Amino acid sequence: MAQQGIIEERCDILAKKIGIIVNPVAGIGGRVGLKGSDGEAILAKALELGAKPECPNKAVVAIKQFKDFKSEELIIYTFPKEMGEDEVRCAGLEPTVIGDIVSGHTTPADTERAAREMLALNVDLILFAGGDGTARNVLDAVGEEVAVLGVPGGCKIHSAVYAINPKTAGKLVMEFLLGKVRDVKESEVMDIDEDAFREGVLRARLYGYMKVPNEKKMVQNLKSGRGYAEEGALDLVARYIAFNLEKDVLYIMGPGSTVRGVMNKLDLSNTLLGVDLVYNNQVLANDVNEKEILGYLDKYAKAIIIITVIGGQGYLFGRGNQQLSPTVIRRVGLDNLKIIATKNKMFSLFAQPLLVDTGDEELNEELSGYARVIVGYGESVMFRIQS
Amino acid sequence: MSKAYVRTNFHEARWDEPMIYELSTPGTRGILVPEVEDEIVAAVGDVAASLPDQVKRKAPLLLPEVDQKHVLAHYIHLTQEAMGSNLSNDLSEGTCTMKYNPRLGETLAMDDNFASVHPAQDDSTMQGVLEIFYKFEQIMKEISGMDRFSFQPGGGNHAVYCAACVMRAYHASRNDVKRDTIITTIFSHPTDAASPHTAGYNVITLYPDEKGIPDYEGLKKAVAETGDHLAGIFMTNPEDIGIYNPNIDKFVELVHSVGGLCYYDQANANAFLGVVRAREAGVDMCHFNVHKTFGTPHGGEGPANGAFGCREFLTKFLPKPTIEFDGDKFYRDYDRAESFGKVREYFGTAGVILRAYSWTMMHGAEGLRECANISVLNNNYLEKLLLSIKGLGEAFQGNGITRQEQIRYTWEELNKETGVGTDDINRRINDYGLPYYWESHHPWVIPEPMTLEPCETYSKCDLEEYYLTLKKVAQEAYDDPEMVIGAPYKSAAHKLANAMDLDDPEKWAITWRAFLRKHGDKYLKVK
Repeated sequence: MAQQGIIEERCDILAKKIGIIVNPVAGIGGRVGLKGSDGEAILAKALELGAKPECPNKAVVAIKQFKDFKSEELIIYTFPKEMGEDEVRCAGLEPTVIGDIVSGHTTPADTERAAREMLALNVDLILFAGGDGTARNVLDAVGEEVAVLGVPGGCKIHSAVYAINPKTAGKLVMEFLLGKVRDVKESEVMDIDEDAFREGVLRARLYGYMKVPNEKKMVQNLKSGRGYAEEGALDLVARYIAFNLEKDVLYIMGPGSTVRGVMNKLDLSNTLLGVDLVYNNQVLANDVNEKEILGYLDKYAKAIIIITVIGGQGYLFGRGNQQLSPTVIRRVGLDNLKIIATKNKMFSLFAQPLLVDTGDEELNEELSGYARVIVGYGESVMFRIQS
Repeated sequence: MSKAYVRTNFHEARWDEPMIYELSTPGTRGILVPEVEDEIVAAVGDVAASLPDQVKRKAPLLLPEVDQKHVLAHYIHLTQEAMGSNLSNDLSEGTCTMKYNPRLGETLAMDDNFASVHPAQDDSTMQGVLEIFYKFEQIMKEISGMDRFSFQPGGGNHAVYCAACVMRAYHASRNDVKRDTIITTIFSHPTDAASPHTAGYNVITLYPDEKGIPDYEGLKKAVAETGDHLAGIFMTNPEDIGIYNPNIDKFVELVHSVGGLCYYDQANANAFLGVVRAREAGVDMCHFNVHKTFGTPHGGEGPANGAFGCREFLTKFLPKPTIEFDGDKFYRDYDRAESFGKVREYFGTAGVILRAYSWTMMHGAEGLRECANISVLNNNYLEKLLLSIKGLGEAFQGNGITRQEQIRYTWEELNKETGVGTDDINRRINDYGLPYYWESHHPWVIPEPMTLEPCETYSKCDLEEYYLTLKKVAQEAYDDPEMVIGAPYKSAAHKLANAMDLDDPEKWAITWRAFLRKHGDKYLKVK
């Protein structure tokens, strides 16, 4: 018996561990035209309108991709019933069920609890099926402490933490667990104000970042390696900006992980989702609002805004950086905007323009045209901007 | 006329061949070097004793000890596991211009009167070689309209690096030293960004407009932003995707208007030999990959040559030596005070220049133009065939622009519908006797790319064989995607179990000794 115990323990150490979370009601509002499923009243209305859950089926498609793993090689943790257990069994695999839920009445708090418990079990990756709301819940629970990947199942997918479809999600997770994909990238969790969205107004904001496997396509043909390791690509941009900061200039550092890379390179405290102010390599203030920025602009003769491209759709202004208001942008001057991004980000936007939505139509027009985006050490690309 | 077919019964050799080091048996010799005769020893004494200690080996050479028969068999096995331009239907290698290499060129290059010449010899002892370089330079001047050429660059990258050095020397000669930025385009050969960057320039890359042409509005903004920091522009035309930039004159005019120089990458010149010239396009410098356009063998990393040409006002900055003729003899001129220096030793890859000279003389001016015409015709015929294949498209399809000598296709639709991507198709065509095709240069912005270049070498039958094979493989992808993903089955090449391993510095080493130190006999076939 003792020997068997050792063997089991060894298997446990060697095996890969994955947590699977399914938001059973994600996407339920989409088909019945409700633009989202957040909030119990909406959910009830959706069910009343005859909505059928879409997300569980999508989760099953993703989970089926793990069929080649032997059971001793992969331990799958799920929450009970419709939050993962049912989907894993439906895919023909055997889950290890943790936690408890009230079946038929699951809530965002269940998603958060599941993610937290999986993190405590040291899983290699959490695969979750849902929409932007689900991604937010997972983010609140695990932040950047473990790799995650989303199976797109919700009505709203603005976040960059999702695979393009359920099958790809399953395959990418397989490759990550097998060590074929090792690189991870910080990707945006975006969400919109659902009340406003139902009124027809789109207001998205950057909610945070999570780590997802970076499928830098592999080097099958040595001469045609594609993609760049995210960490190295970010480092080159950050070095270039950090080493070339001008003296006696107020730097307004926008939100986002690329700008954070610059701040880290300068060894300065920073706010991932907020705006920080820097002058002569010193932080003047962290996480400032529009009014505070304008106050500082009164005191300093020259300012430069450093911003990055936010989200998979390529927004420069108007998503996640509303502190940089039209007034702020005009005071700084359109010639004093520096846009930075990693090469991977810009290649992923190939043939799409960058977008601006400052809330000021005139300014949007002025910003339209072409801009230079710094993508490496002394390397930049010209990109079209559209309002 | 021969009829095209798919080689469904193709099967390549797989020898499961070990490394030659693994074939080593201690004491075995391929050649027994005779003992030095007593008479010679008596005359010269102990030659080894005259060598300084620091150049003497402390440990014996670790060479494989294999007899002649097994060395020969080993390398024949390896060649049977290879495909190549003179062996198979290699219109696959888009951007590489894989032409037939006439046997005459090989015969000339192997002639002992040529092959035994060393570039360190005195000029007077290699007048023939210098004459060939000199005469080939006159041909290149005519083809491009440039005023001088250097054949010193050992390939395209060298030639582009050379351009960056000439550009810097030119601006420096005018005390205009703040010009630190060059502009290039995303579908220019990637060396147009990489080489100037290596030479210390900042690089701005232009994306194409909706038609696939480098964006002129983007250029205007880049030029305006760069101002007097602009050193020049580096651009390939036609670009990597096979589209000719019809605005080239506007590009040149704009860059010249702010004091920049214009460089034309003509690595692959097959679309326009005898049709258009760099001079008329208005550029100041250009280069040709001699090994591509001028019919010399390449691949397997060489041999190559990058012929770099420029206008008169830049010739003083060319690398040294240049090859000159004084009316009586040919000679190398090292006395060039304003030359930027060298990009490589000596004065050029003689074997490539000799073959290219022979190839060009065989064709004559009319023949060169015919090469371009047939290449463009071949490419457009193949395009018509291939675009009828379900799941296959091309970059900027339907933009109304006739393609030049090559095309970047995309398997994006097939990939979305079946999960089979370009890597999978690429392995599967091996099972029908076609070599791997060239997917794309960096960056991979056209999804699931495939770049083909059916130059004048290929017959109608070759083009149709390629089409029939791709059509069959695409159909296989719809019928049985897993089978295609698992390919190849009948070729010597394998599917990599884990492609990321190729990036693993823990696994690989650059010498056999270092590899053994890392792994012992873990990976040896013969233990």
